[in-house]
Amino acid sequence: MKSNNNTIFWEDERVDGADKVNGKAKYAAEHSLPNMAYAVFVTSSIAKGTIKNIDTSKALAMPGVLDVIYYANCPSVLGYISNAAERPKNAMEWRGHKVLHDNKVRFFGQPIALVVADSFESANAAIRFVKAEYASESFETNFDKARLDTKNLKINSNYKRGTEKKFKEAFAFVESEFNIPIEVHNAMELFATIAHWEGEDKVTLYDKTQGPKSTQFTVSRTFGIPDKNVRVIAENVGGAFGSGLRSWANVPAACIAAKKLNRPVKLVLTRPQMFSLVGYRPQSWQKLGIGADAAGNFVGISHEAITNTSRYEDFREGIVDASKFLYACENVDTKYNLLPLDLSTPVWMRGPGEASGCFALESAIDELSYKLKMDPIELRLKNYTTINPENKLPFSDINLKDCYAYGKNKIGWKNRPTVPGSLKENGMLIGYGMAVGIFGAGKGSASVRIVLSNDGKLLLECGVSDMGPGTTTAMTILASEAMQMPIQKIKFKLGDSDLPPGPSQGGSGTTSTVGSAVDLACKTLQQKLKEIAIKSAPLFAGMNAEVLEVKNEMVISKSDANIKMAIVDLLKLANQDKIDLTITSNGKTAAQLKFTSNSFSAHFVKLGVNPKDGTIKILQVVTTGDAGKIISPKTARSQMLGGVVGGIGMALSEKLEIDHKTGQIINASFGGYHVPLHSHIPPTDVWFVNKPDHNINDIGAKGIGEIALIGLAAAITNAVYNATGKRVRDLPITPEKLGFKSKQSL
Amino acid sequence: MKPCFQEDGRRSFLKKSTALVAMYLTPSVFVKAFAVDTIVPMPIPKEKLTITINGKKLNLEIDARTTLLNLLREELAFTGTKKGCEMGQCGACTIHINGKRTKSCMQLALTHQNNKITTIEGLSEGEKLHPMQAAFIKHDAFQCGYCTSGQIMSAVTCVREGNAKSRASIQAYMDTNICRCGAYQNIVDAIAEVAKTGVKI
Repeated sequence: MKSNNNTIFWEDERVDGADKVNGKAKYAAEHSLPNMAYAVFVTSSIAKGTIKNIDTSKALAMPGVLDVIYYANCPSVLGYISNAAERPKNAMEWRGHKVLHDNKVRFFGQPIALVVADSFESANAAIRFVKAEYASESFETNFDKARLDTKNLKINSNYKRGTEKKFKEAFAFVESEFNIPIEVHNAMELFATIAHWEGEDKVTLYDKTQGPKSTQFTVSRTFGIPDKNVRVIAENVGGAFGSGLRSWANVPAACIAAKKLNRPVKLVLTRPQMFSLVGYRPQSWQKLGIGADAAGNFVGISHEAITNTSRYEDFREGIVDASKFLYACENVDTKYNLLPLDLSTPVWMRGPGEASGCFALESAIDELSYKLKMDPIELRLKNYTTINPENKLPFSDINLKDCYAYGKNKIGWKNRPTVPGSLKENGMLIGYGMAVGIFGAGKGSASVRIVLSNDGKLLLECGVSDMGPGTTTAMTILASEAMQMPIQKIKFKLGDSDLPPGPSQGGSGTTSTVGSAVDLACKTLQQKLKEIAIKSAPLFAGMNAEVLEVKNEMVISKSDANIKMAIVDLLKLANQDKIDLTITSNGKTAAQLKFTSNSFSAHFVKLGVNPKDGTIKILQVVTTGDAGKIISPKTARSQMLGGVVGGIGMALSEKLEIDHKTGQIINASFGGYHVPLHSHIPPTDVWFVNKPDHNINDIGAKGIGEIALIGLAAAITNAVYNATGKRVRDLPITPEKLGFKSKQSL
Repeated sequence: MKPCFQEDGRRSFLKKSTALVAMYLTPSVFVKAFAVDTIVPMPIPKEKLTITINGKKLNLEIDARTTLLNLLREELAFTGTKKGCEMGQCGACTIHINGKRTKSCMQLALTHQNNKITTIEGLSEGEKLHPMQAAFIKHDAFQCGYCTSGQIMSAVTCVREGNAKSRASIQAYMDTNICRCGAYQNIVDAIAEVAKTGVKI
């Protein structure tokens, strides 16, 4: 709680909390429209090939079934036309798999038909009666095997500064390989789209998306209709973690069905479909070499990586980027290749690129510290840099040293054994580990509408979304602080493409981008209020705007607090029922571009390994964030806690399993793909440097969504090494990898 | 391969129960038809159901194949109860049936004749939040809010049934409810606080 002159501006709680605890908050699939039909995907049972025929007759004979849409009866979609010359100018080619369009199968579980019925039950009952005949082709889903043949690789990008492979000449060096399996976002809310054509070229969608505006753009271009005729509503998003940053098959399929049947259609994915239809963190192989002189100064870093993509789209991420600039080092070379497989396309997943890359980098640094007989934190401090060595620009701010100091003390780093495997507590081998995370801190452009009514209420609107981090809360707090007015009188509306354009919620950029626009909107409104005061109220006649301020819902003279007028009275006096402004805040200014902006994190872990069966119990986590000013402390803390949970899953259990004989995902459920549960979570401390970084934006805030997770997995494997002397470089860490026989299969 | 999480009994139970319920959910008329691979179009099987939801007795005629979850969400607009997996594995659909927490996706609605159902909408009294709902807000025990209804319904019975004696016992009881945003620590804080106050819930 924060107060100023005894006025409480904001309670330390989520502003949309009540709706989320009493079930009133509505998510995409929870809207009901008159005459709505229900659609369910039928998916392929082969990994690659051609569909020779689909027999829909039995399904169509089922009660309640309205249609079975597939390549033979799918209406034409302008954005599905591959040939640019044939495609109208107002349409853009759909990226990725053109669902229901052709008879090609590109991955196991690809939607091949859509059953539409008058109830969910009828649609669901009919899908098993849609029979497809295929001509199968040979395919490859085995990353580990396929990456060994360089012919399979697509060169993506190489980078070099100084001498290549210089690390090998160093006093001490390590060179290790790291493997991370496919991980799946698996947000709790299933992807869903309700499409409703309100006219021949006008459609409204309730959709699970991180970007109402980007979905609007995708749909308008795919169907060749004006942007303004597409409305995308996503008031609440039940988690997404990156999977909602693009539109998937459910969006065009729902639109196609709704148009064909001329009635609203609801399409909800199943949990198994969430494993193959909405992206995933690509599988990666990395080789990282790092060397240092006797004093610990890094001499060279070489980082090679391969990640998988699909056959029909390239997806790349910044997997080798942190190695280029997180530490001072003159000789750095990186190589990054893509490996196309017969799988669906990956997508950004929380901490994209860096979560995988920092696992390799931060593990290798830990490994090197033992070779050098140096404390791993000391080694990192030795190579600390305040200037980005890649582009030579200073970091806008970096306070990782403070994170190290706090975390070291809080976790009890002094108890860390210098000899691995030498500390036991309560029959468990105890280990301590730490690692660093880094992610870019962006600032883009956003527009905000601000409306002050003569009842004293303030409304702000932006077409961004809130998938859980608390954007609505943070923006309301920002407005409350900027306007110096109570939070109860402020409403921030998002999740609708009809609102002024805002960014997709992703890449840890929302608070910086939309927050800057909110701040600017409030300042603009204050200026307007001062102008009205001078013009309309005799009290302020002849005064200069500079001598006035707006706070506590009043316009006040800075020099004489008795010269003041309530905002509501002022609007009445001026005979205005409201002030309604829309402002746009732009991306980084020239001054801001003179810096490299990043958020940083350092994670500290204490864990125990059971020496009898190799099971791991995380005992304590301290997670620290260096991300400028923390706008909404409570929700920011929650975001960091969530990153720890995600990182624990990445380190200990998450792995998509594919049967390479069929190409089928064999653990496509929460029973097979293990995510952390209540019992797996240790007491966790969250700490922020909480120092405004005004080199990136006026509000001094940077994002934390990604850094909350990036580095966590390495902190855990480093702690496992400290506990056992066994270095696990392939995630997830299982007892098998620690040399224990698994007691039972899953 | 065994993952490094120390408890595993729940998972294997879930997998077995999932297969059983999946069979159960396939109405026999279709199973028969499927066996001989010929479908005789037939009207949607409608049945009468008397059920009390959040204190209100309802006489309904429903599709016999409807799960309690889909009845609540699609037919009766109680969308506070969430669909997360339809396999009884995630807990998002947790409701109370005659006071006992139950995963509504695993229940055929028709098997609940004359039963009393409480959903998240039935916990609060008008604008007045239930103490557990208030504690969830106070401790910020959610982010996206999608698993929240199920977490709260489980949290209430956790305290009622005397399972909130320690953090470990709360965690074990709450392992039925997945939160992918990772609000677990705050959820346990909220439950522990409500349990500590001793207020009758």
